Amino acid sequence: MAPSVSHIGQPRNRVDGRLKVTGAARYAAEYQANELLHGYVVVSTIAAGRIVAIDTREARAMPGVVQIFTHLDRQGVSWWDRDWQDDTAPPGHPFRPLHSDRILYDGQPIALVIAESFEAARNAADVVHVLYEVAPHQTDIHAAEADQYEPPKKREGVPPPPEPRGDLDQALAEAAFRVDAEYEQPSEHHNPMELFASTVIYEENDKLTIYDKTQGSQNAQQFVSAVFDLDDVKVVNAYVGGAFGSGLRPRYQLFLAVMAALKLKRSVRLELSRREMFYLSYRPITLQKLSIGADSNGKLLALKHHAVQATSLFEDYQEAVVNWSGLAYQCDNAAFSYTLSQVNTDTPGDMRAPGAATGVFALETAMDELSYAAGIDPLELRLRNYAERDQNMDKEFTSKALRECYAEGAEHFGWSKRQPTPRSMHDGKELVGYGMASGFWDAQVNKAEAKVRLLADGSVEVLTAASDIGTGTYTILAQIAAEAFEIPIDRVKVSIGASDLPTSPVEGGSWMAASVGSAVHLAAEAIKTKLIHRANRHHEAFLPIASADLCVEAGMVKKTDGTGPTISVAELMQAAQWDAVEETGKAGPDMLQMQKYISYTHSAVFVEVRVDEQLGVARVKRIVSAIAAGKILNPKTARSQILGGVVMGVGMAMHEEGLFDHGTGRIMNHNLAEYHVPANADIEDIEVIFVDEHDDKVNPIGVKGLGEIGIVGVAAAIGNAIYHATGKRLRTLPFTIDKIIS
Amino acid sequence: MMRFSYSRPQTIAEAAAALAADPSAQVIAGGTNLVDLMKYDVTRPGTVIDINGLDLRGIAVDGEGTLHLGALAANADTAYHPDVESGWPLLSSAILAAASAQLRNAATNGGNILQRTRCYYFYDPSTPCNKRRPGSGCGALNGVNRIHAILGESPDCIATHPSDMAVALAALDAVVRVEGPAGERQIPFDDFHRLPGDRPDLDNTMERGEIVTAISVRPQKFGQHHTYLKLRDRQSYAFALVSVAAAIRLEGDTIDELRVALGGVAHKPWRRKDVEGEFAGRPATRQTFEAFAAALLEGATGHGQNDFKLDLAPAPSSVPLSRHTPVPRRISPQRWCSDGPLGFSHRPAPQPRRR
Ligand SMILES: Cc1cc2nc3c(=O)[nH]c(=O)nc-3n(C[C@H](O)[C@H](O)[C@H](O)COP(=O)(O)OP(=O)(O)OC[C@H]3O[C@@H](n4cnc5c(N)ncnc54)[C@H](O)[C@@H]3O)c2cc1C
Ligand code: SF4
Repeated sequence: MAPSVSHIGQPRNRVDGRLKVTGAARYAAEYQANELLHGYVVVSTIAAGRIVAIDTREARAMPGVVQIFTHLDRQGVSWWDRDWQDDTAPPGHPFRPLHSDRILYDGQPIALVIAESFEAARNAADVVHVLYEVAPHQTDIHAAEADQYEPPKKREGVPPPPEPRGDLDQALAEAAFRVDAEYEQPSEHHNPMELFASTVIYEENDKLTIYDKTQGSQNAQQFVSAVFDLDDVKVVNAYVGGAFGSGLRPRYQLFLAVMAALKLKRSVRLELSRREMFYLSYRPITLQKLSIGADSNGKLLALKHHAVQATSLFEDYQEAVVNWSGLAYQCDNAAFSYTLSQVNTDTPGDMRAPGAATGVFALETAMDELSYAAGIDPLELRLRNYAERDQNMDKEFTSKALRECYAEGAEHFGWSKRQPTPRSMHDGKELVGYGMASGFWDAQVNKAEAKVRLLADGSVEVLTAASDIGTGTYTILAQIAAEAFEIPIDRVKVSIGASDLPTSPVEGGSWMAASVGSAVHLAAEAIKTKLIHRANRHHEAFLPIASADLCVEAGMVKKTDGTGPTISVAELMQAAQWDAVEETGKAGPDMLQMQKYISYTHSAVFVEVRVDEQLGVARVKRIVSAIAAGKILNPKTARSQILGGVVMGVGMAMHEEGLFDHGTGRIMNHNLAEYHVPANADIEDIEVIFVDEHDDKVNPIGVKGLGEIGIVGVAAAIGNAIYHATGKRLRTLPFTIDKIIS
Repeated sequence: MMRFSYSRPQTIAEAAAALAADPSAQVIAGGTNLVDLMKYDVTRPGTVIDINGLDLRGIAVDGEGTLHLGALAANADTAYHPDVESGWPLLSSAILAAASAQLRNAATNGGNILQRTRCYYFYDPSTPCNKRRPGSGCGALNGVNRIHAILGESPDCIATHPSDMAVALAALDAVVRVEGPAGERQIPFDDFHRLPGDRPDLDNTMERGEIVTAISVRPQKFGQHHTYLKLRDRQSYAFALVSVAAAIRLEGDTIDELRVALGGVAHKPWRRKDVEGEFAGRPATRQTFEAFAAALLEGATGHGQNDFKLDLAPAPSSVPLSRHTPVPRRISPQRWCSDGPLGFSHRPAPQPRRR
């Protein structure tokens, strides 16, 4: 075997990088099949009402058209909501495509054209004529706010608002400094590069192999099996071109493609267009109210945080928006509330750091406002209120190196050069502003299994149904296995992204590396134990040695202290006539630990903006993001995660907004020319710092996950910097030029 | 996408005849706009006439110093052409402020000035739009109109013309050469695009069957005193909220000639030659330019979401001029690559690149 090598903590290239850049990695819409049919979806153009008639005659007559499905030819599908509820569904009645004539939101799928080619399907879709009966709709949360309600049933995995504590009113009344402000965030729309697509390969007896764009092959598999009552379904998502939460739930193209394949007994591909991406799963429109009171030293006395978020007419989608305010800073008097307002849209969905990106924006802007009110440096204010304990849960942190984030971030950024007064820093014709914010996200472990197989030639296979949505799961799993067996990374074969592999949770919540990584680690350790036992029991030289004194190192079973007999793993396996040694590792939350401890990732974000004083043009010149996330498995893929999160944060701060025409209930900028995300020119300098954070409690590998933390706090830090530059406080995202000059 | 027939004529006359003969025919050049419009089902040409076989790619300066840009010359080739960079840098920087490198490689000069508005409603066949479907109403008027016009609009249409290049061409008093069944014509740039009035379906004054063959620009005498400034929602790859092509000639401290065209505010590049005339001979001071901006924007009205343009437009209409006075900045014009936030960033011009 190869000499001892270290993999964990090394900046490794992605093991699948070459496949991706050469196009060899295939995505859901790239699989072929014999006589593959193609679908194109027709969506509603009204936001509420009912379909009176759908005229498909012209479309049916077009060349290449095979079938057009509408609500009139609904299939024999499950009646029960629970069959439609996937692992990540919020409470309510999941949307059922083509279920009835009712229109609940604009962009709702109302017909599916199936044709011999994509072009023919699209061609026909344009001439499906629909007659509607229009009913009143509401897409304006300001108008819907009056009807806000507390969701009666809580969404699984989302903590409800924390219990109130202390005496809020009294504390607010006694405060030397107060901030009372309202914040607003528009809808933000999922636009990963890969569009939602399903290629359903049909075989006899309704055996289906489905290539689906999803963050969880098993979640999708269970959904299809339950809804269509099938027992031979396999879902594959070997490569996923970004998802950011949009692929947690099965999307309607999956249902429609399966429905068509079963009906026509042929393989079907359905890929949504960019336009349809704006009509499904989005970061919900949110209004927030915050009141903060502090004493004359800036110590928080009171904090009140309320949020109202948009949801659909049929499900109570929920996020943890206000909870962060209860754990971010030490504050003994606090109250939190969270409500929903129904609008005529699809159910919102998780989008990178759901809840935190939104709630922390408000909290960290309000903290900045407090810093100016109290005349205390924003960073100093946060240090004075540093939370040593999670007051929401009354638990200790497994680790919290946020202080180190503040210190190292400030140092790299040059925070000490900040002049306290707004509008006091200039460079030529530009005003210069410094702003900062903190970020928080959960560090969770979810139930996960991984099978590891050590082969006779010393190479290793890792198998689990985990997904790699572009984050680097393939790579870090290979690193963990390579580290365990001290072999080069290319001796590890990682098989993920299929529903028939060992159980893995959906890829989300930043728990993948911690959960599946731990499972791989545990499986590898179990293999080593098995090898030790084998040597211990079957090889004479080892008989007298206690197994606890043995280890597997560099391909040899030997004594931990280096003395005595050794045997190579290869020899051992040969003697045992083992082709392979295989073990399954199971990771999950440590319930005992969780009674006492809770775990979060943290960040400190520092931003410099420049604002042209005459023209009002603002640009984000520099961002330093300092992250505490336990052990960093691979600084290279880790940095990419944070860079991506920060860029998305710039988009949230400066660009992203669904422009609703409330008159029609339609989002008008439904393409990437008009729905703006940052372009290269908007991103100048970003520095990512990982501070040391040792955590032996969070999970066996000390890893906290990085998928979401990068975006949290960025929008607030940018807004705070704009305030410092201009003296203008912006509380409504995004900070476009009209708001800056107003 | 609808089925269509396709033809690729080899001469201008053939192309013009084909276009005149079939009212449902449309010309395709770079295709960066037309193909999108077809995909979105905004337009359904019965025939697509591909003019890429025509010999209209040249870029040349004639004996009198006039620049002739072939209708099929790519935007990128035009912007990076040495003659254009040295003689008409305002045009270069306006072109480079537009779209993305890939789009500029494919986009042609003719297609650029003929590109359709970016009004959201125009692009969405499920909404009313007088420009797309005459008589159906204007969705933008009481809708999402953040990017819409504040000048010269009509109750029937408040769309803007999206081209950056056209704004510079307007300031440079370009001439559009067209050829049709009735022969050749030269259309002064100011007369080329229309205000919407009650015919918003017509973007310009071309006749059925006419094809743009070239755009001509006379030599300009503004030295270093010109700017293309574009304010937009992100720093590249976004259409202008307000843009300005400004050129000024000074006699000492007095304005000799002033030309300012605004983009993003009207159905065509917005120029007021009468106002420019009034300001000739005035002192080149900040006050003068502010007064000029006010006069240029006279009558501007907002429609709700675009009200901010009333506040946004004055600064770019005057600031670039002020920035040329009293001592003009000595920056080589090629380096005014307008991909910077202000159109003033001193980034080196990117190397010419194409496909
Ligand atoms: C995402 C995106 C962002 C963009 N951003 C900008 C921007 O910021 N600023 C900007 O200015 N532009 C921008 N553009 C627009 C781009 O500049 C135009 O699409 C391009 O210039 C059109 O040129 P083309 O040759 O591709 O035209 P085509 O798409 O081929 O044609 C456009 C129209 O002109 C007609 N036509 C073309 N040539 C002739 C001719 N010679 N005679 C008669 N009719 C003709 C066609 O029939 C069609 O109606 C952007 C485009 C996109 C897609
Ligand atoms: S502004 Fe013009 S293009 Fe836009 S909807 Fe109205 S008529 Fe159509």
